[in-house]
Amino acid sequence: MSGPALLSIDGITKAYPGVVANDDVSFAIQPGEVHALLGENGAGKSTLVKMIYGLVRPDSGSMAMNGAPYAPAEPRAARALGVAMVFQHFSLFEALNVAENISLGMENPPRQRDLAKRITDVSEAYGLPLDPFRLVGDLSAGERQRVEIVRCLLQDPKLLVMDEPTSVLTPQEVEILFRTLRTLRDEGTSILYISHKLEEIRALCDEATILRLGKVVGNCDPRETSAAEMAEMMVGKSLAAPARDSAEMGKVVLKVSGLSVDPATPFGTPLRHIGIELHAGEVLGIGGVAGNGQDELLAALSGETPTAPGSVTLNHEPIGNMGPNARRALGLLCAPEERLGHAAAPDMSLVENALLTARMRKGLDRSGFIDWQATRAFATEVIETYDVRTPGPDNAARALSGGNLQKFVIGREIMQDPKVLVVNQPTWGVDASAAAAIRQAILDLAQNGAGVIVISQDLDELLEVADSFTALNEGRLSNVRATGGLTMETIGLMLGGAHDMHEPDKEALHAEA
Amino acid sequence: MLRLEKRPAPSRGWTMATPVLAVVLTMIAGGLMFAALGKSPVEAIRIIFWDPLFNTQFASYARPQILVKAGPLILIAIGLSLGFRAGVWNIGAEGQYIMGALAGAAFGLALYPSESPLIFPGMVIAGALGGWAWAMIPAILKTRFRTNEILVSLLLVYVAEKLLASAATGLLRNPEGRGFPGSRQLNRLDAMDNPELIANTGMHWGVVTAFIAVIMAYVLLNKHLLGYQIKLAGQAPRAARFAGVNPSRLIVLCLGTSGALAGLAGLFEVTGPAGQISIDFNVGYGFTAIIVAFLGRLHPIGILLAGLLMALTYIGGELAQMMLQIPAPAIQAFQGMLLFFLLAVDVLSNYRIRINTEGVA
Repeated sequence: MSGPALLSIDGITKAYPGVVANDDVSFAIQPGEVHALLGENGAGKSTLVKMIYGLVRPDSGSMAMNGAPYAPAEPRAARALGVAMVFQHFSLFEALNVAENISLGMENPPRQRDLAKRITDVSEAYGLPLDPFRLVGDLSAGERQRVEIVRCLLQDPKLLVMDEPTSVLTPQEVEILFRTLRTLRDEGTSILYISHKLEEIRALCDEATILRLGKVVGNCDPRETSAAEMAEMMVGKSLAAPARDSAEMGKVVLKVSGLSVDPATPFGTPLRHIGIELHAGEVLGIGGVAGNGQDELLAALSGETPTAPGSVTLNHEPIGNMGPNARRALGLLCAPEERLGHAAAPDMSLVENALLTARMRKGLDRSGFIDWQATRAFATEVIETYDVRTPGPDNAARALSGGNLQKFVIGREIMQDPKVLVVNQPTWGVDASAAAAIRQAILDLAQNGAGVIVISQDLDELLEVADSFTALNEGRLSNVRATGGLTMETIGLMLGGAHDMHEPDKEALHAEA
Repeated sequence: MLRLEKRPAPSRGWTMATPVLAVVLTMIAGGLMFAALGKSPVEAIRIIFWDPLFNTQFASYARPQILVKAGPLILIAIGLSLGFRAGVWNIGAEGQYIMGALAGAAFGLALYPSESPLIFPGMVIAGALGGWAWAMIPAILKTRFRTNEILVSLLLVYVAEKLLASAATGLLRNPEGRGFPGSRQLNRLDAMDNPELIANTGMHWGVVTAFIAVIMAYVLLNKHLLGYQIKLAGQAPRAARFAGVNPSRLIVLCLGTSGALAGLAGLFEVTGPAGQISIDFNVGYGFTAIIVAFLGRLHPIGILLAGLLMALTYIGGELAQMMLQIPAPAIQAFQGMLLFFLLAVDVLSNYRIRINTEGVA
């Protein structure tokens, strides 16, 4: 190592009740370096960066910036020392425009017109086009992220922390982001890049620190380490890819045609002329960046949003105007993205949550009176079959980890023997081994003759499980393609390419590709 | 430094203990208030909580009064608790209580002087319908036009009070009352009387109905799908929709049930303890029942106990006013403290307090 590190972290430990989030973590970020922090969900990455940004204080250990002790008491102190952070979840007001949103986060905001000028300057300098006067509510997820990045760049940071920045971007947008980050690095800004996507890290980063269960398990130069090696360090074992035989497709079970739904809220996404034909035994993958109508599509399929009767048919029976339970009775089951509050009630026990969707098909009530014994038996069966780690079925849903609750939710639907299952983000925030189990369960279900729709932002996941692929972009579905032979480039274009960046960047993209 | 830390699941022990703790804290803070007013705090607390039950001089009068007061409180609070659990906030039970009494009394008086044994049952039904109809106004406005049921139901209380005053001085006024406002004495007419069923207990049909409501609510919430849907809609509205619960239906059902029960309470009151429609017929049961519902943790058995406790502080408060000349607003503040402390200590059932020994960073 040459010269003092920009930020050195020495023996940081942070414990929460029941879990040690960081255990004696040490590493250093050099000036002008893109440093990757790599680890599974729950490895302690977020806790670590929260401490760097002054949101959480370590129990023990120390940090130093340019050799001087660094212990920010609050984010403001961290920002004053040149640390900026782009969060995974944006904190923007939809009803305000870009400049207003940015000025809200500033200590001494300049006048709107001056600020707009600075926003335009910075965004042009770094290839992040942004109109300061557009409403944030009208922006795509990628554009919103640009707002957050520009907000950080206006502070002229020495260290930019990015938490899972690409989870909301199309492949083309990822390329644009990477170009910006490389420009920043060349100007001397250090970047701490948090991700669990190995290929990205190999493409971008100079140095990687790998966390597992709160501990540093390795350092490597990602440009010289294979993805497989890094994955093994990250997970601690090598994972088997889900096995599947070539599926035999049956007749069409679910048909959606000409489905259009107006948004329920001013900034919601309308669905436009959605058409789907799902065959028995088929896994249809629907890709797309968050906020392009995934939730709306699931609601239209689950029956939470009623539509014209003929726009959704199950085995040729029109069901578009039926509610969720009537659809369940016919065999159409769904698992929404949001586990707590949508797929499950956080404060209710797993027994009560089993009743939530399984009442119809499992006959858990007699003329309105609940058969708690049968419900408990069903919940226990789901817990055992899907290896849900919990002390028992009487535990509240919110006491479970994300992965375990997701296994419960998916298991609850699959064990009702659906004819068609629609899942949205089945492995979002789930650790790798649970994700593999969930994917396997989806494939097994299709193998047994059910039709499955998997809506996901994780393209690797879709390529792994889906027989056919389509993309949801601004409420419209692209044509369905067989998964085999699809390249990331094609998929990216199906996802809408780089949102609103058509003119100058298309050529640049092609030049780079 | 004190720090609050969310519990993974609500603590069962604290859920049971917080009402008791709230009562104790109310006694302490109330005692300080009474002391500041120059009264003996120990004596005041004893008069409020002990004398109504066990004082040889007062108990024979006060004990039956506890059921008389607790009956309507419990009946109304049970109805409200269903809505509160579903996230439907009916604050206007007082108005529904008035309208139940008005509708029931109007039904009976319209048939005066008939002696038919069907008149009292008819009045009961009319009373329930009156309260139900008054609650349907916020329900329909909410489901059709997305108005806020808190505001609509509350403001309708004042409309109901005007209607009550108008009825007492006009439509329902006793024609033989020499021009005084107020209806005929319903409890002196055999056909319309809601009598004390067991002498010197205060037990009347309204108290019986309240006990039945407690049992029905218990069964509904624990065994029936509808109770499950009510809880689900309150805790996780999106999950409720996903489970196929129709939110509009639930709003109508919850407001309707609480309105009907409040109407019943009004009817039993006007035919029993109050005896007639008068301008000042309503004494705030509909508002106090909100406190009772929360004090009882929205649980039927809890509401039963909370209603009895609240009735005790009512009777005891009156005694304290009489014996110690404590002003009425101080008694009301004392009762208000109960809800205040309950909400304050409530945090303990969902959070645990950690004391950070670590100094500055």
